[in-house]
Amino acid sequence: MAELHTLTIAELSEMLSSGACTSVELVKDLLAVIDARDEKVGAYLTIDREAAMEQAHAADEARAAGKSGVLLGIPVAIKDLLNVKGQPCTCSSKILEGYTAPYDATVITRLRDAGAVLLGRVNMDEFAMGSSTENAALGKTSNPWNLEHVPGGSSGGSAACVSADEAIASLGSDTGGSIRQPASFCGCVGVKPTYGRVSRYGLTAFASSLDQIGPITKTVKDSALLLEAICGLDKMDSSSVDMEVPAFSAALGSDTSLAGMKLGLPKEYFVDGMDPEVEKAVRDAVEHCRSLGAEIVDVSLPNAKYAIAVYYIIATAEASANLARFDGIRYGMRLDGKDPAELYGRTRAAGFGPEVKRRIILGTYVLSSGYYDAYYLKAQKVRTLIRNDFSDAFKQCDAILAPVTPTAAYRKGEKTDDPLKMYLDDILTTPVNLAGNCALSLPCGFSGAGLPIGLQIIGDAFREETILRVGYAYEQTTDWHTRKPEL
Amino acid sequence: MKYEATIGLETHIMQKTNTKMFCSCKYEYGAEPNTHVCPVCLGYPGALPVLNEKAITLCCKAGLLLGCEINPYSKWDRKNYFYPDMSKNYQISQYDQPLCLGGQLEVEVEGEMKTFTLERIHQEENAAKNTHASGASLVDYNRAGTALMEIVSNPCMHSTADVMAYMTALKQIMQYGGISDCDQEKGQMRSDVNVSVRPVGQKELGSKVEIKNMNSFAFIMQAIEYEIDRQIEVLERGGKVDQETRGYDSDRGETFVQRTKEDAHDYRYFPEPDLMPVKISAEQIEVWRSELPELPSQRRVRYVSELGLPEYDAGVLTADKAVSDWFESAMQHTANAKAVSNFIMGEMMRLLAGSGISIADSKVTPEKLAEIVGMIDAKTISTSAGKQVFEIIFNEGGEPKAIVEQKGMAQVSDDSALEGWADAAIASNPKAVEEYKGGKPAAINSLMGLVMKASKGKANPGAVMQMLKQKLDG
Repeated sequence: MAELHTLTIAELSEMLSSGACTSVELVKDLLAVIDARDEKVGAYLTIDREAAMEQAHAADEARAAGKSGVLLGIPVAIKDLLNVKGQPCTCSSKILEGYTAPYDATVITRLRDAGAVLLGRVNMDEFAMGSSTENAALGKTSNPWNLEHVPGGSSGGSAACVSADEAIASLGSDTGGSIRQPASFCGCVGVKPTYGRVSRYGLTAFASSLDQIGPITKTVKDSALLLEAICGLDKMDSSSVDMEVPAFSAALGSDTSLAGMKLGLPKEYFVDGMDPEVEKAVRDAVEHCRSLGAEIVDVSLPNAKYAIAVYYIIATAEASANLARFDGIRYGMRLDGKDPAELYGRTRAAGFGPEVKRRIILGTYVLSSGYYDAYYLKAQKVRTLIRNDFSDAFKQCDAILAPVTPTAAYRKGEKTDDPLKMYLDDILTTPVNLAGNCALSLPCGFSGAGLPIGLQIIGDAFREETILRVGYAYEQTTDWHTRKPEL
Repeated sequence: MKYEATIGLETHIMQKTNTKMFCSCKYEYGAEPNTHVCPVCLGYPGALPVLNEKAITLCCKAGLLLGCEINPYSKWDRKNYFYPDMSKNYQISQYDQPLCLGGQLEVEVEGEMKTFTLERIHQEENAAKNTHASGASLVDYNRAGTALMEIVSNPCMHSTADVMAYMTALKQIMQYGGISDCDQEKGQMRSDVNVSVRPVGQKELGSKVEIKNMNSFAFIMQAIEYEIDRQIEVLERGGKVDQETRGYDSDRGETFVQRTKEDAHDYRYFPEPDLMPVKISAEQIEVWRSELPELPSQRRVRYVSELGLPEYDAGVLTADKAVSDWFESAMQHTANAKAVSNFIMGEMMRLLAGSGISIADSKVTPEKLAEIVGMIDAKTISTSAGKQVFEIIFNEGGEPKAIVEQKGMAQVSDDSALEGWADAAIASNPKAVEEYKGGKPAAINSLMGLVMKASKGKANPGAVMQMLKQKLDG
């Protein structure tokens, strides 16, 4: 049997439908790879092997009974903040140890309906707060390209498992870059869909107005296939949008010409302190797109420089309320006290890690009476300016090309002592979350040290088809995505 | 020195919705604790709120009934505070853009018409119910997340009489409008009362004290009276009233400090990102307006002008919507409004009192009362027989006609029978006859009594009177 775990959704889907392999064989193969590699990579927090095998059997039986579908029998790893009925959902936090989800997130229901196999739960920064998965309280994840380096975050486990061939694809979530940045660090493709495209019901909220679930995959086409399954209106999420979901995979096109396509290059995105290797790889990618027929135009996002400040006010303000429910009363960890206040204090002091506490305190502060106008309200106004910047830019181009991060994956521990330095790494990803539009990240080169570098393709709201098409054309004419880490 | 009290109310009313404010759980008073709960109302990770449109409709209709302006754009906010009765540790409420703005209530207070103005009505979700047992606190989340609206008055009341009239009218309107049953024992109507006191003539208001969360009108009155006296006493002593939150201890009849100004919560309101703003069109408002029911004040006017009832009767009948609805229903079957009114105000109220049943559950149905009234009007039975039939049905049930027949209550109007009883009465009581003829018309009543006694109450009183007069005057 071919090494099934190295293949893509598109390839495996064809093999499953032709009978060249079964879902059971595929899941067994992946479990064996996980057993062999995950001790080093540390992507997974929990794996319910029995449940995965049952779903694989069910998928094979359904296929035998005439059911078909591109995800039928395909194993997908799940970021540990998505609720799956009967499974833990710790968000890599001690405060949720012992919690068992009583319901399925809408994206999980949609994956189940499509016949996908829920392979296991992967690590992340605690409550998605972080950019390196070093803030995880319940696991340590390494970058498969160099185990001394971070996988990125917060969806570090989601990217590492795909990169290490420990999963065919995974779901992550992106609040300020948490899909695109780890995808970039691990050499994967990751998509942050337009806000409202994918239901957030069942996604443990970090910042409700920014969070969006999306795929991390080995190829652009796989991302398109996974997106088709999870996008669409959900009445359980009032922020989900009633818009037709295009056939993303069909929109990729059959040729690799970008003729007629205008791609914008924002001068503000080549920031001071950017690693020259990253800048070169991205500029080479821009030239490559030009060679495919695209017209490259200069665009400006003048307010993007405020994105970090705005992001860390809005995201922490929302988080301070979203995380208030973790109080030890109804589920998860509880340290008792003589009254509710003491119970809350002791439980939350012991249950939350330092970065989560830092953000709750910051968010509480910016909402406090007397400070609200100066911080939260002002941040909302600047957020509107950032959104307007993108609207103006998309009058001049179809999509924007940019780096994902200023550097490739850094060494573990390099930034853990300096939260501000860590926050600044989000400079190129947070503007998209604040504006609410879509973006993807895909491999566009390697550093001298052999670490992947990512290209960010930013689209206007609900123009996922455009960025997928550009990404697909680039990917089909380059071979970065075919390289595998040595493990 | 003379002092004046100023009082404002924040009244929380649980709306009559089928499901909770943000999830599809039902609410059932007295259900087994924590049986009507789901990830949303329990504040589980990842659960999101979805708006209950019926609640929005009811809140806006309440606003229209109270003369509010319906806000074409309103939004949701998170009110942050930690307490086990709030599963998310924030309450979804409305801070600066409520559904309804302004409004007023016109009510009669001790014979004088007064207008009490409203600041706003906003929609929010209810808290869970905490019970403190020995050594433990128990939380029942069945009530958590039920639809709750808050009607905020301006500080425009000055006495307990004002407050009583305001609350009574508010409750009546909510019941009539189908907004809420306002059953205070079930916590469906609770008020926070703001009380301040100032010397008469002083322009600015005194320091405000908020007394939290009271159901019973009686306790609210007692708490206000206590608080006014307490504040005056503080001022008289030359002291300063502290701005604070107090509770009312009904056993002691006193208010007590719950939270001082220094401990006041900073609720850190901010816009709820999980819910979209509510936009309401002018057309929608007109549809709601056309669906509004008749209010008690409008019914009162109609009972007087169209049905010819005395003001007093109209007031009593409309005081409770259930009674008024029952009356309306009876009027579908008879034209004699005054007779129906008399029965309701007399027999019905007397028998209901202490029976523990509501008028809607009475064995005397509107149809049956109409039938009784019809028999009295047709002189088939006397009024007193009618009352007996009413009471029999009230206690045991049954059909009016069957009871009249079974008990032999039909009136005798037959002349020959009446004549026999009349002659016997005149013969046996010459003194009364003499007095009547001597210019004392009232003396005829004792003869009448004799006839009624002889007939065992079945003689038609009108016919008897006519016959006696005929014989004596003739």
